[in-house]
Amino acid sequence: MAVIQATQAPLQRRHSKVSGPQSAWGTAAAYAVGVVIVVITIVPLLYVILGGFRTTAQINEHPAGMPSPWVWTNYKTVITSSSFWHFLLNSTVVAVIATGLTVVLGAMAAFALSRYVFKGRDGLYAFFTIGLMFPLTVAALPLYLQLRRLGLLENLWGVAIPEAAFSLSITIVILRPFMRAIPAELEDAAVVNGTSRLGFFWRVLLPLSAPALTTVGVLAFVTSWNFYILPLLVFNNQIHFTLPLGVATFQSQYSVDTARVFAFTSLSMLPTLIFFVIAQRRIVGGLTGAVKG
Amino acid sequence: MSTQSRATARSGETLPDVADSARAARQLDRLKGRSSWRQRLELSFLLGPALILFVGFVILPIAVAVYYSIYKWNGFGPLKDVIGFANYKRAFSDSLFIRAIEHNVIIAVLSLVIQLPLSIAIALLINRKMRGRGFLRLVVFAPYVLSAAVTAVTWSLMLQPGGFVDQLFKNAGAGSWVHAWLGDTHIVLYTIFVVASWQYMGFGIVLLLAGLQGIPGELREAAALDGATPWQTTRMVILPLLGPTIRIWIFLSMIGSLQLFDLPWIMTNGGPAGASTTMATYLIDKGIHSYEYGYASAVSVILFVFCFIFALVYQRFALRRDTQGSLTRMAG
Repeated sequence: MAVIQATQAPLQRRHSKVSGPQSAWGTAAAYAVGVVIVVITIVPLLYVILGGFRTTAQINEHPAGMPSPWVWTNYKTVITSSSFWHFLLNSTVVAVIATGLTVVLGAMAAFALSRYVFKGRDGLYAFFTIGLMFPLTVAALPLYLQLRRLGLLENLWGVAIPEAAFSLSITIVILRPFMRAIPAELEDAAVVNGTSRLGFFWRVLLPLSAPALTTVGVLAFVTSWNFYILPLLVFNNQIHFTLPLGVATFQSQYSVDTARVFAFTSLSMLPTLIFFVIAQRRIVGGLTGAVKG
Repeated sequence: MSTQSRATARSGETLPDVADSARAARQLDRLKGRSSWRQRLELSFLLGPALILFVGFVILPIAVAVYYSIYKWNGFGPLKDVIGFANYKRAFSDSLFIRAIEHNVIIAVLSLVIQLPLSIAIALLINRKMRGRGFLRLVVFAPYVLSAAVTAVTWSLMLQPGGFVDQLFKNAGAGSWVHAWLGDTHIVLYTIFVVASWQYMGFGIVLLLAGLQGIPGELREAAALDGATPWQTTRMVILPLLGPTIRIWIFLSMIGSLQLFDLPWIMTNGGPAGASTTMATYLIDKGIHSYEYGYASAVSVILFVFCFIFALVYQRFALRRDTQGSLTRMAG
């Protein structure tokens, strides 16, 4: 499985580094490329953020100009509108539920699959990895029909539960080898001291698995936070919209008031960017660690 | 004393030990609660919820889609109109769906021939001691954590006719290059590819950088001592060792290309005239806009089979050798 070998990666930090040939030309080229990359990445973000400080007339007149004068009304309107906060709250609720479900159920299943000996264990593990073979997008329409049968449309759980279900595969694939690597002597010691196996799981294994749990938690949270297709199918009523859905809808609704679309879009990427800058090590490590070969 | 008798003597000595440890193990088992009913109880408690969620929301929907796909069904009222494989036949004879497949393939091929070499080159180049390396890594990765919806809206704003991008071209004296980026049927797919590259390439670069970090520096030194030029070292030593990371990159990129949805859906709605329709936008359109749920289920099954076959074949032939454990597994 693509991702299986990936799994111990977060445990092992870099051993030694390979550095390219340190010729002066190479280094100069590296700086040049670095600057180009930074510019290409940041300019679109800056453009949207600055656009929010302009009026629609300014934007139409000078598409590539700076705000002059700076206008605060766009941001003020968005911040004082209830819909932005609604979307933000919905995104948070969905992501927290999805992450919680994934981590708790995934850890329980990974514990059973890593430290119990029973018939059909490997088969069951292989079964869980089927989820890695196809992304949720592929199953979105069948899922929609399923949620309709279950009466979960227009319901935040209707988005959170399938997201958690689809995150289970990668979660188990990451957690199982991690839990397996924890020495059996620890378990024996705990048992001799009168702890049950579940007690060992709760008091010893989970705390020791904290780094791997963080990885899968970050993965589940970011995935859920950015998810678009399922909320698109499940929610019709704007009250339930998550941020990605809200941004896309806002753009088409206020296409005349471009400046407000700018302000709304930049505000909606703000939580992600702040979260990313604060927790960048965990996020980069988690997202790349989960798939590394 | 012959070897044999010594062996017998020793095994004679150890016999009680074996019995002892067997008894101890049994005791430990009892303490751990390995009696079978208790183990079964614990297992169902631990595995049950995850299994219900997984079967209910990952396996079952696809299975039911297979069932729906043989019906003509608008999503309301009972399923009664069995039409067999007609939905599948219809998909493969609908020129729009064929074009959608072509678009997915074009995106996949472009990723392989443009994004991958470029990402490897960039990763090799910036994998050196330089100021602001951490910052560069952070910035490169940032677009990946944004939602595709935000990316789509941002770029739609920039690509508006007469907008920011057009202005840049004009300011650079290349006004004749300006096109209707999202309105020209010959260009729109490539525009979306550029936007997708903006969002996803950074992730790949960071992945490759991590792979490079896992290659011991001594190898490069050893190659240099043997008289290899830097280019030879890179080609003969570094790239092969980067193989597993590259194969993972390809796997993720191909699956990503197959499921491309958010960007075309938000930026162009698959248009103009179907020029940026992908399999996923086609499928969702048939579902939620024209309520052809039986047909859309069939298309879902087709897409699912594509992904599944690709994943199986790729893992069987390309990724399997990586599971033997290699240097790059230690990437940090």
